[in-house]
This record gives sequence, structure tokens and C-alpha cells, in this order.
Amino acid sequence: MKTLTILKYQWKDLFRGKWIIGYGLIYLLMSDAMIRFAGTGPKAMISIANIMLLLIPLVGVIYGALYLYQSREFTELLLAQPLDRNTLFWGLFGGLALPLAFAFTAGILIPMIYTGMVLSAKFQSLALLVILGNVLTLLFTGLGFWMGLKFFENRIKGLGYALVSWLFLAVIYDGLVLLAVFMLGDYPIEEPMLAMTMLNPIDLARITVLLEFDISALMGYTGAVFNRFFGSVIGIGVATACLGLWLGIPLWSGKRLFNKKDF
Amino acid sequence: MWANNKITGLLIVLLLLLSVQLVQSQPVVVSSGSSIKEGVSRAEPGDTLIIEEGLYNEYDIKVDKPLTILGDGDVVIDGNRKGFILVITADDVTVKNLEVKHASTSFMEDYAGILIEQTDNTVIENVTLTDNYFAIYLAKSTNSVIRNNHITASAKRETQSGNAIHLWYSKDVTIEDNYVTGHRDGLYFEFVEGATISGNVSENNIRYGIHFMYSDHCRYEDNTFRNNGGGVAVMYTSHVEIINNRFEDNWGSSAYGMLLKEINRSKIIGNEFYNNSVGLYIEATSRNEFKHNTFRQNGWAVKLMANSTDNIFTKNNFIANSFEVATNSMKNYNEFNNNYWSHYEGYDLDRDGIGDVPHRPVRLFSILVEKQPQSLLLLRSLLIDILDAAERIMPVLTPETLVDSQPKMTKVS
Repeated sequence: MKTLTILKYQWKDLFRGKWIIGYGLIYLLMSDAMIRFAGTGPKAMISIANIMLLLIPLVGVIYGALYLYQSREFTELLLAQPLDRNTLFWGLFGGLALPLAFAFTAGILIPMIYTGMVLSAKFQSLALLVILGNVLTLLFTGLGFWMGLKFFENRIKGLGYALVSWLFLAVIYDGLVLLAVFMLGDYPIEEPMLAMTMLNPIDLARITVLLEFDISALMGYTGAVFNRFFGSVIGIGVATACLGLWLGIPLWSGKRLFNKKDF
Repeated sequence: MWANNKITGLLIVLLLLLSVQLVQSQPVVVSSGSSIKEGVSRAEPGDTLIIEEGLYNEYDIKVDKPLTILGDGDVVIDGNRKGFILVITADDVTVKNLEVKHASTSFMEDYAGILIEQTDNTVIENVTLTDNYFAIYLAKSTNSVIRNNHITASAKRETQSGNAIHLWYSKDVTIEDNYVTGHRDGLYFEFVEGATISGNVSENNIRYGIHFMYSDHCRYEDNTFRNNGGGVAVMYTSHVEIINNRFEDNWGSSAYGMLLKEINRSKIIGNEFYNNSVGLYIEATSRNEFKHNTFRQNGWAVKLMANSTDNIFTKNNFIANSFEVATNSMKNYNEFNNNYWSHYEGYDLDRDGIGDVPHRPVRLFSILVEKQPQSLLLLRSLLIDILDAAERIMPVLTPETLVDSQPKMTKVS
């Protein structure tokens, strides 16, 4: 119950800051523009998915860390109250991650509703987009929280790590995978490659998007390993499980840090 | 006297004609329990043979004189896998309203439900062919019509299954409104000339929806080829017209919406390629016109091998494909003009409907995938998008001349 009370105050605070509204508006404008230019077909959906894969991790991880720094006084005030730390942690995290997720969901869905796309589009694609966006928001806000807690006294370091970790996961990691493919392409590297992509949450989300929108291309690949992996429920099952792990681990270790921290 | 003679002569001719009419209007009837073979031998050339409702366990029925064979009601001829079922070797034979079942399967002989050999003017209409090895086999025949037949089989392997409609060395054949499924090749053409294939649906065949070789001057129109093992293959032919067909749901590493190999001076117009691994695969193919086709949601819309030259792609729609065009060389001798590309990122300041900057449909990434197929897993990565953008500005690895200099801003209707 107390968690919910903290959540409520966070909500008020966030909306007073207008920041979250701007964030939602970005998705609204983007979704509207995509539907306007590309029609209500799968093309718009793919474009929205692409931008989602780029923007959500960046905003989540940076804002996650930044918010902890900004609300330091608020946190310290709450710590003085008779609250246990678990409640406080979930309240703070939920109070940030849920509004972000909500802003994303509303932002992409509103244009789809007034253009009628929700009815014409494939339900499965739409559900995937919304669920994946929400999971990514929770995941990367959690990661940002963890960074913020780890480097609580040194903001520059914390934000720097947040930014670099995003850059690493979004770009550099794939560069390494590509390099590995071209250096070791003559060996059977499909399985290690799949394992490598499972280790990166952005890649995981990307592969889930591929499974929905590019399955015809993936099936064109000459190799039994990928075909078996992607052509069955195993693919989506393993990807979901890994995303679940990725969601759990930063939050769990963030909570541990928070519980032990001497503020 | 002379006039009288003429009148008598006329009367005689009239009487003769009448008697012929009388003979023809007396159909030979085969009733349930008796034999079709015996009925065929009883009939005179030109007769109509009516088969009454029932199940006939017969095979190797030789039709060696002009006959019209009609089923009356639910007529089933079951070969019980013992050989051919109907063997037509005479001209002017028509077969209608039957079901032909269970021709023999063999590795040595091409057993067929209906074999048509060295005939002229054969009509096969409204026939249901179920679980035959080959269903309809035409060899060295002319002017045949195969219309409105329902052909199904359920073999699992290529070796256990023949082709549904198999044409070999035939001329001027019309194949219309048939439904074909579960065979090795839905339609098979080798050394056929002047065939028209229209309104057929060929789906879920083990190998190809249509397998087409050395068959000049054929035209296929308004057909649907769906979910066949290898899609559609058209090879070693010139002057083919492929118009308004649908190619859809062909998935796999060697499945193509349509494969063109050594096709020359042909027209590929108004077709729809939807949801295939590769929409159109083009190899050693020259001087063809690709116009008003729509490529939608394919893995690769077009794979254009470098040994293809002088093909013109104009007014096609490329919508939401993972890759638009892929090729295997830095050189390109084909022309792309006035197409709509949904990956196009240019602008149209003078508002004439044509983009102001050229579009390069070959992505750097498609070249990487060509070299190392495993890298396909990086599709839609931010890194790949950055590399693609850099390549688009400064082409290093993609063919510089494969470019649409007048891309359309809106879909071609």
C-alpha cells in the first residue's frame, strides 16, 4: 500500500515536470507521422518498431540514472519515514518506469486509434509492439537505476556509464558480432552467435521484432540451426525467457544496492 | 431431267446426314456394374459414351477413337494402383464430369490418371483427379483444353509423386481454372509452344507450383501459386508473357516466388509477389520487361544476378520488403526507372511526383549477407543502419549504376 502512495507522489512530481508529457508527445508525433506517410500497413509498424528499439533504451537508461540524482532529497526525506527499504525501492522505480511505459503506450496507440489502424492491423504485431516497448522501458529504467545507485556520489560517472552502456549495447556489440562473423565465418558459429545475441537485451528485442516482421527473410537463410530456432516456438520462448532474466537481474541487484546503501 | 436428278441427289445427301445425326444422338450407356472398357469398344467413332453413377474398378482404359465421354452423376474410376487409368490416343476426345483415382506409382514408368498421347483437339473438363502419380499427362498433342479440373494428391516425397498437369512436346494447349495441390510439380511444361495458362490455383506442391522449360510463346495469366516447396521456376525460354499472377507464401532457403533462368524477351507485368523469402530470382536473363509488379513483404524482393543484362524495371511497387534488390557484383547492366520504393528516403521539392535524389535499392547489408549469410541475424540493428547510410552516400561496395534515378514518391496504381 505504501508503495502505491509513493507511486502517487512520483506521478504528481513527474507530471509537474512536464518532461514525461514531452516524452509521450514524441511517440505521438512519430507514430502519427509514420501512419500519415506510410499508410496503416505493416510498413508503419516496422518504422515504429525501429524507433522504439533506438529510443526506449536510451531514454530509459539515462533517465533512470538521472531521476535518482534529481530526487535525492525526496528519497532522503522518505528514508527518514518509517518505511522499509523494499517498499521505497519499488515505489521509486515504479513511479518512474510505469509513467514512462504509459507515455510510450499512449503515444503510439492514440494515432493508431484515430486512424483506425488498431482495427486494420494484425493484432499479433500490435500486441508485440506494445508489450516489447513496455518490457524494454522497465528493463532499461531498471538498468539506469542500477547505474545511478552504483555511482550515487559521482553523477558524471554514473551518467557517463549509462550513456556508454547504451552505446555499447546498441552499436558496438553488434559491431563485435559482425566482426566475429567475418573472422570466423567458415566455422559453424550459428549457435555461439545466437547465444551472443541472447546476452544483449537490445538484440533480443530486435530479434523478436525480426521474428514478427522479417520471418520470410530469416527463412531464406541456408542453415538448419537458424531455421530450427526461428521456425518454431523455441525461438520466441528462449527470447522471452532471456528478456525476463534481463528484466530481473538489474532490478534485483539494484534493490540489493539500495538496501545496503548508506545515504 | 437434270433438275430432277439434282433434287434426288440432294434428298439422298439429306437422308444420309439425318441418319448420321440419328446414330450420333443414340449415346452408348455404361451402367454401374458393367465395364467402361467394353463400353468404349462398343462405341463407334464420334459416339457419346455416358457413364452412369457408380464406382468402376478399372485401369488401362484405351480410348482409341473419337469419343465424348461424360459422367452422369457421381462417377468414380478407381485404378487401384495397377497402371494407367484413361489412355487417350485418338483425336477429338472429350472427357467430362468424372473422378479418376489411384493410378499406379512407379520409378520406371510415368503412370498417369489420364494419359493423352499424340492427339489433336482433346478436352478434359470438370474431372476430379485424386491421388494419382501423374494426374494429366500430355505428350505430343495439339489443341488440347484442360479446364476446371480439381487435382489433389497427398504424397510427402518428390520421388513418390508425379506432376499434376504434365505437358511434353505439345502445342497450343489451354489450361484454365484448374485447382492443383499436393503433387511434385503443379504444372510441368517441357517443349511446349503457344500454351495459355490462366485462372489456375497451384498450391502446397512438393517442388514447384509451375515448372516451365523450353516453352516459347506461352502466356500465363491470373494464376495463383501459393506455398509450394520451391515456388515457381521458369527456365530456358523466350517470349513468355507472365501477367497478373500472384506468387505468395513461398518460404525457404531455396524457395522463390518466381525463379527466372535464361529467360529472354519476355514480359512480366502486373504480378503480385507477397510474403516470399525471395520474390523474384533472376539469373542469366536478358531483355525482359518488368512492369507494374508489386513486391510486398518479401525477404528479398528481387535477387538480380550479375549475368542478367538489359532488363527494364519500371513502375513497380516495392513495399515493406526486408531487402529491395540484392546482387552479387559491382557491375549492373539493367535499368531501373520510375519505381516506387518504400525504403526511399529522398524528397520531392518540385512536387512532380518524382523524387529529387536517386534511390539505391541495394543495401550494403545485402552484400554482407551475400558474403556471410550468418550476419542476417543483425538485420535492423542500428549499426547496420549506420553502415547502410554511409554506403548510400559514398558507394564503395554496392553497384554504382544500380540506381533508380527517378523514384516515384507514391505507389504506382
